[in-house]
Amino acid sequence: MSRPQNSTGLMRYFHAAIVVALVSAPGLARAAASMGFDEARHLLNRTSFAANVDDIDVFARLTRAQAVDQLLAWTASTRVGTPAPAWVGEFQSPRRLREMSDEQRKLAQREQVEKGAELRAWWMTEMLTTPSPLTEKMVLFWHNHFVSSLQKVRSPVLMYRQHLVLRKHALGYFGDLLHDVSKDAAMVIYLDNASNRKAQPNENFAREVMELFTLGEGNYGESDIKEAARAFTGWSIDADSGEFVARPLIHDDGIKTVLGRSGNFDGDAVLDILLAQPPTAEFIVAKLWREFVSPVPEPAEVKRIARMFRDNRYNIQVALRALLTSDAFYAPQNRAALIKSPVDLIVGTLRQFRFETGEVTPLVLASRQLGQDLFAPPNVKGWPGGDAWINSATLLQRKQLLERLFRAQEPRAMTMGPAADVQNDAAKARERVARAMMAIRFDEDKWRTQFRASEPPLAKVVLAGEPVNAQAGLAQGADGLRQLVLDPAYQLK
Amino acid sequence: MERRVFLSALGAAAVTAWLPAAARAGVPARYDNLLILVELKGGNDGLNTVVPYADGDYYNLRPRIALARDQVLQLDDRTGLHPALQPLMALWQNRELAVVQSVGYPSANLSHFRSIEIWDTASKSSEYLSDGWLTRAFAEAPVPRAYAADGIVVGSSDLGPLAGGGTRALALTNTEQFLRQAKLAGGEGASRNPALSHILKVEQDVAQAAANLTATYALRTVFPNNPLGNAFKTAAQVIASKAGVAVVKVTQNGYDTHSGQQGTQQRLLKELAEGLTAMRAALQEIERWDSTMMMTYCEFGRRPKENQSGGTDHGTANAHFVLGGRVRGGLYGLPPALTRLDANGNLPFAVDFRDLYATALERWWGVNSTGALKGRFRPVDVLKA
Repeated sequence: MSRPQNSTGLMRYFHAAIVVALVSAPGLARAAASMGFDEARHLLNRTSFAANVDDIDVFARLTRAQAVDQLLAWTASTRVGTPAPAWVGEFQSPRRLREMSDEQRKLAQREQVEKGAELRAWWMTEMLTTPSPLTEKMVLFWHNHFVSSLQKVRSPVLMYRQHLVLRKHALGYFGDLLHDVSKDAAMVIYLDNASNRKAQPNENFAREVMELFTLGEGNYGESDIKEAARAFTGWSIDADSGEFVARPLIHDDGIKTVLGRSGNFDGDAVLDILLAQPPTAEFIVAKLWREFVSPVPEPAEVKRIARMFRDNRYNIQVALRALLTSDAFYAPQNRAALIKSPVDLIVGTLRQFRFETGEVTPLVLASRQLGQDLFAPPNVKGWPGGDAWINSATLLQRKQLLERLFRAQEPRAMTMGPAADVQNDAAKARERVARAMMAIRFDEDKWRTQFRASEPPLAKVVLAGEPVNAQAGLAQGADGLRQLVLDPAYQLK
Repeated sequence: MERRVFLSALGAAAVTAWLPAAARAGVPARYDNLLILVELKGGNDGLNTVVPYADGDYYNLRPRIALARDQVLQLDDRTGLHPALQPLMALWQNRELAVVQSVGYPSANLSHFRSIEIWDTASKSSEYLSDGWLTRAFAEAPVPRAYAADGIVVGSSDLGPLAGGGTRALALTNTEQFLRQAKLAGGEGASRNPALSHILKVEQDVAQAAANLTATYALRTVFPNNPLGNAFKTAAQVIASKAGVAVVKVTQNGYDTHSGQQGTQQRLLKELAEGLTAMRAALQEIERWDSTMMMTYCEFGRRPKENQSGGTDHGTANAHFVLGGRVRGGLYGLPPALTRLDANGNLPFAVDFRDLYATALERWWGVNSTGALKGRFRPVDVLKA
């Protein structure tokens, strides 16, 4: 694959929708209502991995509401432009594995690992090329909320199916998402509901659905978990098809008491009880806040938006629109207040600077090295994010990655040792990433053509805030760019 | 509060006589005594690690996964180790291995995240703290600036007990690579933006550590080639550097064994025992074994009754190991009280995990523990005088 990444920015999708809006929207006549360069850059940077000059120019002329409506309108098409791997329809029953010889099993397991790599590359390619980056940001948000991991699920096909569930509802209704993902095969495996049966309840799913998916810690008791676990008994998967199946024979159909309500509840009924609790909306809105607005949610605003969210049948777009048009979102203290995730950093850099990539797998490995292995979050709580993205190890790896990307083409090969030096898997991965970086091309002259004479200084486009090193970006040519991306402020969004 | 009033009434001169020797002003903390924390992430099943093999209830609760009497490595007439821990038997016989049973805390929380947070911040079950217990200890009794860092974390990006506040904590995977990359760091200055100031602090920690660490120490000890073995190797490299660290945290992943526990735990415990003994050999090689205390910990133990998936669910009290050249080997705490399970079927605890922390702070480093642990805890007598 060697198509140019995002070669014309989001601009090419503007023509039909926005240009008409620009001409006809009466509100635009008032200069005070349009958001201007800084707010447009901020909005695009937070919602679209990166902000190109052309896109910023167009958004700058919109009001906050128009800009957010446009971003949401682009999410309407759920079509994935990147062709899915060929094998996504072929579920392999774990039974087959059991019947295999050791040799065959090893081979099959290696095949699964390769498929896992293809799956990750598929998603990252979509992030790099999509006309609606916000869609991918939201799918990633839900992947980090309704966590399952290839590490435990083991089946790339089931992880792909779960990904489609997250994608289907990413900007839809939270209630639908909760019900569907709870009955998703990968989730049933990941949180052990597959072994939750009437005689012997397994509480794992019941606990996490309350603690991490809906209510949040402190809004339920141990007995609620025990009772809810009984309601989820029998939610299992069919070993041949890998499809979700409810098994009445191992379902406990006695009376359960969950959060003060009693009845012969099944799993769906318990999920509805969780959705009826006000803390659920607040928990989700606070998490969206930390993703898009700032590390510390404002309780009164969270309550206000959560109320709207719940009153609108948990329409995710309602919550997102409220957050992205709020004064808090644009408040000076909340600019450059978030730390880029590894995916933000990698996808954002490649989109921002219009890199041409070859193979995407090395970028996936780079993301894993930086602490974000797609389809394999570290545990059911997901990636902790925020300050936790940056420690001495990951900060240095981030800088090394950026340094490699922006180094002039020729001397890159010099830092590479011979392949024979490579001893272990981690070193092999690093080696592979390094080699692939050499294949990624950044055409600086082309990128600079997006700057016209009157444009704001480079630093204002590339950095979310003031550079730490006052000299950053002033040097000529590639050196100036390198200074900017190596500045600590480049880690912020 | 009462205590403070009492102390100030006595006057400074009189007070010093009441405090442990090293806590007096001017007596430096003994950070040349190294602490190594080994996190068994996911919640190791203590009952199948330190096995009450003479207890009939153990076999009743675990018809599928119990270890038979003739499989365990017997420590006394009712306690035995998982057979995969065979490499630790040399330490046991040398009386360098303390086994502490029934370690836990009141009102145990069964969530991985909440419970490890309780352990890492040394909080009460009902209390939310943001700083790690070591962060608080180092704030009160700072590690000398000449040290490369206060502590390093290997094998995890989670700083755990070193999180928050002003600790100089490093997370690294490989020393050589760290030194090579450190050349890219060095952002100076400060910021009012909390995210940026975090990044700047990390840049400065990196620069300081890089100036003090060497990756050239050639250890003769061979480490097992698995993630834990590699983590121990990196830790040993750092410890061998001229300017060392006060604490090292190493993480081993994979102990959340809700299903098919036996094979997984067998592999993990084997890697653990081999890693610990390799670390002991390396520390002996650089003459640090007698000034090192290693301690295992994790968020919780697992439920005594096995589940239907050949695994175990989240539990409470657990068994842990303390090892070192100056450790007094033997059994500590109380055997698991399988007849006194709570309403959830979980074990009562006998030793508060903060008692073990107090041991490290007071007996090992000679610093006051009441501030760091937010209360008075009783050190466990696992160290030689």
